[in-house]
Amino acid sequence: MAEMDTSSQGGHKKGPGVKKSKKLSTRVDLTPMVDLGFLLITFFIFTTTMSQPTAMKLNLPKDTDNPEEQNKAKESGTLTLLLGSNNNVFYYEGVLAPDASNFKSSSFKEIREVITNKKSWVIQNMKESDFVVVIKPSDGCTYKNVVDILDEMSINVVKKYAMVDISDVEAKLVAITEGNPAK
Amino acid sequence: MGRAKLPRKSTNIDMTAMCDVAFLLLSFFILTTKFKPAEAVEVNIPSSVAAKVAPEKDIVLVSIDKDGKVFLSIDDEGQKEIIANAINTTKNLNLNVTAFKQAKFFGSSFAQLPQYLAIPEDNRKANALGGIPAKDSTNNEMIEWMRYVQQAYLGKKMNLLLKGDNVAKYPAFKNVIDAFKKNDFLKFQMVTSPTSVPVGTDLWKNNQKGLTREEE
Repeated sequence: MAEMDTSSQGGHKKGPGVKKSKKLSTRVDLTPMVDLGFLLITFFIFTTTMSQPTAMKLNLPKDTDNPEEQNKAKESGTLTLLLGSNNNVFYYEGVLAPDASNFKSSSFKEIREVITNKKSWVIQNMKESDFVVVIKPSDGCTYKNVVDILDEMSINVVKKYAMVDISDVEAKLVAITEGNPAK
Repeated sequence: MGRAKLPRKSTNIDMTAMCDVAFLLLSFFILTTKFKPAEAVEVNIPSSVAAKVAPEKDIVLVSIDKDGKVFLSIDDEGQKEIIANAINTTKNLNLNVTAFKQAKFFGSSFAQLPQYLAIPEDNRKANALGGIPAKDSTNNEMIEWMRYVQQAYLGKKMNLLLKGDNVAKYPAFKNVIDAFKKNDFLKFQMVTSPTSVPVGTDLWKNNQKGLTREEE
């Protein structure tokens, strides 16, 4: 079974005095070779990297010291997201109230709902171009958090968003809400 | 009456054909496999819905590892030579240009660079290095590195890639993008691993409608 017949018919003639030796079969059993072949195939299939890394484009605005050149956003169409440590997200709509009454906490799972709600509200009451998301990462958040939130912008097709440095008041508020006001 | 005796069929299967197929597939997989180049800097990248494949040519890759250390790697040896010469003329470090060209990544301050290049290629470990200083504004060598890169690639095509670790803290990332901004690199790409678009979201609806994504 499973051989390759390589025995040649009729070899050369032996001399008259030479005893004819029993002809050995030259059949090779190929089964182990096939086994080995498939083993290697499986190895290469598993080690092949199927997914190539993708790249996310990010265009930065040029820093301007002149406040007149900075883009203004309409107050009621703004949603500010604050990224805290331990994957916490905080947000407020419009301008932060002095008593921080509109400062709400959320998580990366729930933030999508917040963004979509705000977006549909802005589309209903204003123009879509008035919808601006301001992202303020605090020092405690990770690179993954930032990429996740930028990804959230493309998932929810937010056309205008900006990454802004967190202000001291907000940083303190985030730290207090997270329970480590000493920071 | 006896039945006519059927000739006994042999149960031998010729394995040769199967063997051929197996090895054909094997050679296909061997030839198409591109082994992941040994990562000089270990970075666990986050995932995103971005669909554009990361470029592989003319790259200038800035990596941020889990401790926030910054590393720079450039694939084009010609550009590295230009950068090495530029550093030599401006900083008087007497860098070994050949060693600089062969180095896969840089992750030390300029002062430690000659010492780093003296280490044999195989023994260069990213975790033994301190990373390019990018933290404080007084001694921000990342800005200088990016200036050398900008001068070397003046008028040439280059892809600026940023590869950050999941747990790297935001200040490290901010320092790097500040260094980019200072040198007018306002477009860069972040390397991520692909994930599918969540069902029901606006992007998913757009994709269903066949609208192309605005990636620019």
